Formats: sequence, structure tokens, C-alpha cells
Amino acid sequence: MSTDQQDIIHFIYAEAALIDAQKFTEWLDLYTEDALYWMPLEFDQTEEHLTTSLMYEDKLLLTVRINRLQGHRTYSQKPRSRCHHLLQTPEILEINDDEVKTKTAFHYTETRNDEQFTLVGWVEHTLKRASDGEKPGALKILRKRVNLLNPEAAHSNIQLFV
Amino acid sequence: MGKIDIDGLVRPGGREIHRDVFTDQDIFQQEMKTVFRRTWVYVGHDSQVQNKGDFYTTTIGNQPVIMVRHTDDQIQVLLNRCPHKGVKLVEDTNGSTGKFFRCPYHAWSFKTDGSPLGIPFNKGYEETGFDTSCAKKGMCKVSNVQNYRGFIFARLSDEGESFEDFFTGSLSSIDNMIDRSPEGRLEVVGKPLRYMHKCNWKMLVDNQTDTCHPMIAHESSAGTIKRVWKSVQDETLSKPMVVELVLPFMSSYDDFEKMGIRTWDNGHGHTGVSGSIHSDYSDIDGYYGQMVDAYGKDRAESIMGETRHNTCYFPNMMVKGATQTLRLFIPIAANKTIVESWIFRLVGAPDTFLKRTAMYNRIINAPTSIVGHDDLEMYERAQEGLSVDANPWVNLQRHYREDELGGEQLHPGTSEAQMRNHYVNWARYMSTEDNS
Ligand SMILES: [Fe+2]
Repeated sequence: MSTDQQDIIHFIYAEAALIDAQKFTEWLDLYTEDALYWMPLEFDQTEEHLTTSLMYEDKLLLTVRINRLQGHRTYSQKPRSRCHHLLQTPEILEINDDEVKTKTAFHYTETRNDEQFTLVGWVEHTLKRASDGEKPGALKILRKRVNLLNPEAAHSNIQLFV
Repeated sequence: MGKIDIDGLVRPGGREIHRDVFTDQDIFQQEMKTVFRRTWVYVGHDSQVQNKGDFYTTTIGNQPVIMVRHTDDQIQVLLNRCPHKGVKLVEDTNGSTGKFFRCPYHAWSFKTDGSPLGIPFNKGYEETGFDTSCAKKGMCKVSNVQNYRGFIFARLSDEGESFEDFFTGSLSSIDNMIDRSPEGRLEVVGKPLRYMHKCNWKMLVDNQTDTCHPMIAHESSAGTIKRVWKSVQDETLSKPMVVELVLPFMSSYDDFEKMGIRTWDNGHGHTGVSGSIHSDYSDIDGYYGQMVDAYGKDRAESIMGETRHNTCYFPNMMVKGATQTLRLFIPIAANKTIVESWIFRLVGAPDTFLKRTAMYNRIINAPTSIVGHDDLEMYERAQEGLSVDANPWVNLQRHYREDELGGEQLHPGTSEAQMRNHYVNWARYMSTEDNS
């Protein structure tokens, strides 16, 4: 495996680790300004805008989410939730000079009070290499699509990030 | 189960409600036998079963049903069990069954109006008395079904008000949602959001007309959106659609007070009589012209100018015409409810409407929605808090006045009159005996 491929795989692990550590500001820094976080409602959904999704969020909404999690009147986070990602080795689907596509199987667990639930599925990342800035070539997330195994099921609150 | 003392549960005028109404499983069972049998419960939309043989499966209260388009193009509502040994005939939520249902267990078959079609090797039933059995009659069918402009309602009981007497003027909210289509037609889009709530279904009904909670309970979500938007705001940018949808949740008590509430007989009512949190959405290009062409200027403006916010239909449905959303509060147990949130396309209108509707649904109604998280936290804390024996009463006295209910009446926008309307009628239906 090339160093480049290793870096990509470590990047995917590091993203999940930041969520689990609840370092949300650092986590959101991994996303480009025009990034999109999508969790479809239907298993093989292709439509993005003209049907319901569970999440379809730009950086503004993701920023709202991470601010809300810290809010002193965010009662659904009193007490706080915790989460854990168990990832399979990311599969690199496409790799070229400016963009990388990966697919990663996950088991995601979220807990709060005495409740704990697990979501299973695959996450598809589209990563972009920075062309300039401090670290040329550094990876950023342009798009993250979370495909749950059971997106249509009657879930209770899913409060953190898969 | 002893006889339930309904009068002891709902104090006069619906001003105080005993906690057992939310927590007691015997009361829940009684609701299934009365409230959900005696009233016209929403089953589904006819766009879900467009062709003959198409079906959709759901529940009415705790009763599994199949909504199916019969060979005569009429929509039938059948109880989802084989008359033989009780096997559910249809397990899929949607599909087409062709001209008949076939039980997977012993291949008994039934036409799509439930009537018996065939039993294999049926000579074994000769002279057994089978001819007079329940099984011989075929699938049980709900005889009181109404297709109101595409919205299918069913009343399980043979007794109860007629469709028109049950809904009276409240149908105007469904009318308005449909009339917003230049073709006067809606279509269900996609699957519904399904959201598990560990609380009683009536807490969700109450919440739909609870105008004193958004600025408090949703400070964490809507308030944060307001703050974040302000901090990044670029005067050259127009307000993003999502900000436009969520900011009105932070409207003041005074704003909500002025919006008003309207109640109708039999437990129906709505918020947003004059102005609502949906009033100030941006115009969508081309739509005004389409509407004027379809309806004429005056009628088009009156349809588009309708500001209704949430309309509650007794017992367990809410319709939001301005965002073409329908929510069902599906009772599973005294402390368990599944909320389904459905969206519609305004047939003939620009796609931007559907984009806004789909956005509203995921931002507000999803299990991943931060607004939903705020609300669910309150319901589940209430469900737990009601275990306190020292005070068993839920208080609904805000803006109470005598003779506030009956016919069509208006109330201040922060009144709990529609909640009282719900419980006064709930108590009435709970006291009915069902002999059918
Ligand atoms: Fe709410």
C-alpha cells in the first residue's frame, strides 16, 4: 500500500475518532466550506432534494448542530450522549490528483442514560485535496453520504454524528 | 379490567387531565375499542394505490388494515388477517396484489374487496357447518370508508357520526392544502419519516397546538440557527430556505397570541387563524400566475393567503397545508408512539415547493432533527414525571372560558382550548359502548 493510500485510510479513521472524542470544532474543520453531509431516508435513494432525507446538511447546519450540542439549554443533551464508531478498513474506490472516493463499513453506537442503540451501514466519503493553503495536498471532506442498513425504521433520537 | 371512570379522568371543560390518561395500559386498550373505532381515522392517500390491485398496509388504532384499489377502481379497507387461521395476508407496506389476495399458509384466496374466491381441496368442508362460519365470509371489511378528495378515512365501528357530521368545517384545512395545487391534486412523495417516541400519543397531539413551547423548548435548535445565521450573515446573501423555515419558531408570545386558534366540534382545531409561522415564506417563481390561471385572481389569492399552521384532526392526525405535510401519531402502547411524517407534491406547482416541503420534513420531523430532539426530550420527561403520585394532574387551564367549545369558535393564540377540545371529546368517545 502506498503512503498516499495509508494517509487516506488514516484520515477516515481520524474523522470518526474526532466525533467519538466529541472534538466537534476540529471535526468540522475537516469539511470544505461547500461540504455536504447526507443521510438518505430510503435504502437506495438517489433523489437529493425532492424527497425526504434524514439529513442533508451544509456547513451552516452542521455548525448549528455542534453549537447546539454545547448549549446550556439543550435539554436533550442533559445528560450528554456518547458515541462510538467501529470501522472496517476503508475501501478506496477512486483515487486521483484532486479527488478521492472511499467506502467504509461501520457499526455506530450511541448511548445516553440507560439507552444504547447501534446503527450499521456504509459511509461514502468524497475527499478533496487542498490545492493551496497551509498544507497543499491535505485532505478535506467534500461529501459524506451515510447509508444506514435500516434508514426507514422507526428510530428514536439520533443525536450525534454517524 | 374494571370499568374505567372517565369523569374522574377529565375534569369539566378539559381543564385538568388525570395522568392515567397518559400512562395506564387499560385506558389505552379502551381507547383502541372506542376512540379509534368510533371516529374517522386517516388511513392513507389514494395516490399510494394508483392502479387496480395496488395496496398499502397500515393500522387503525391497533388494527392492521390493507387499503387496496379494487377492480371497480374504488378503494377498500380490509382487516389484514386470513379468515382461516389469522395469518396476516400482506406483509409488505406497498405493492400490487393483482386481482386477488392469496394466503401464504393454505392458499385461501380473496378478491380485493375481501370476498372469498377459493379454498383448495374444499370438499373436506362439506357438511361441517362451514357455510355459516366467520371464515366462509372472507376477509373482514371496513364498511365505512370515505375518499375525501384523495384522503382515505375509515370508521371501524358501525356506530358514530357520519363523515360530514364528524369533520364539519375542519375539512377546510385539507381543502386548502389540496387547493394549493393549481390542478387541485396532491401526490404522496417517498416514504414517511418514522420516529419512535416513548410517550403517550396524546402528548404529541397536545404539542401541535402548544404555542407557548417553541421559543422555550426550541431555543436550543431554532435559537442556535438564529444565532449562527446572524454571525455568518452576509448582507449580499438572501436568507437560506432553511433559515426562513426555522427562524419563525422563535416568534414571541405576543406574536403567537395574535395568530389565534380555531376549534370545531368533535375535537378538531387549528393554530394560525390570522398569520402563522408559515406566513412569511418567499414567493416561488411562476406559481402565482399558475394559480390565477387555475382559479381566478380572487380565489387564488384567498387560497395562497390562508395562514393556517397546524390543524389537528381528532383523534391522531395533523395537517400542515402551507408545507404540505401530514403527521400521524400512531398509538403502540400507553407509553409508546410512532410518529409518521408524510409529504405531498402539489401537482402542477414548481418543484421548489417540494424541495421546501422535503427540507421542512427532515429539519423538523426526523429522528435526526434537532427540533425533534427538543420535543421528544420533553415528552419523555413528561411520561416519566407523571409517575409522581403527589400530583396526578396535567394542567390545561390557559385562557379557559366557559362555553368556549361547541360549533366553530375562536380563541387567543396561546389558549389551550384545542387541547381541552381534544380531551372533552376524548372523554365522550371513551364513554361510548361499541356493539358492532
Ligand atoms: Fe416543538
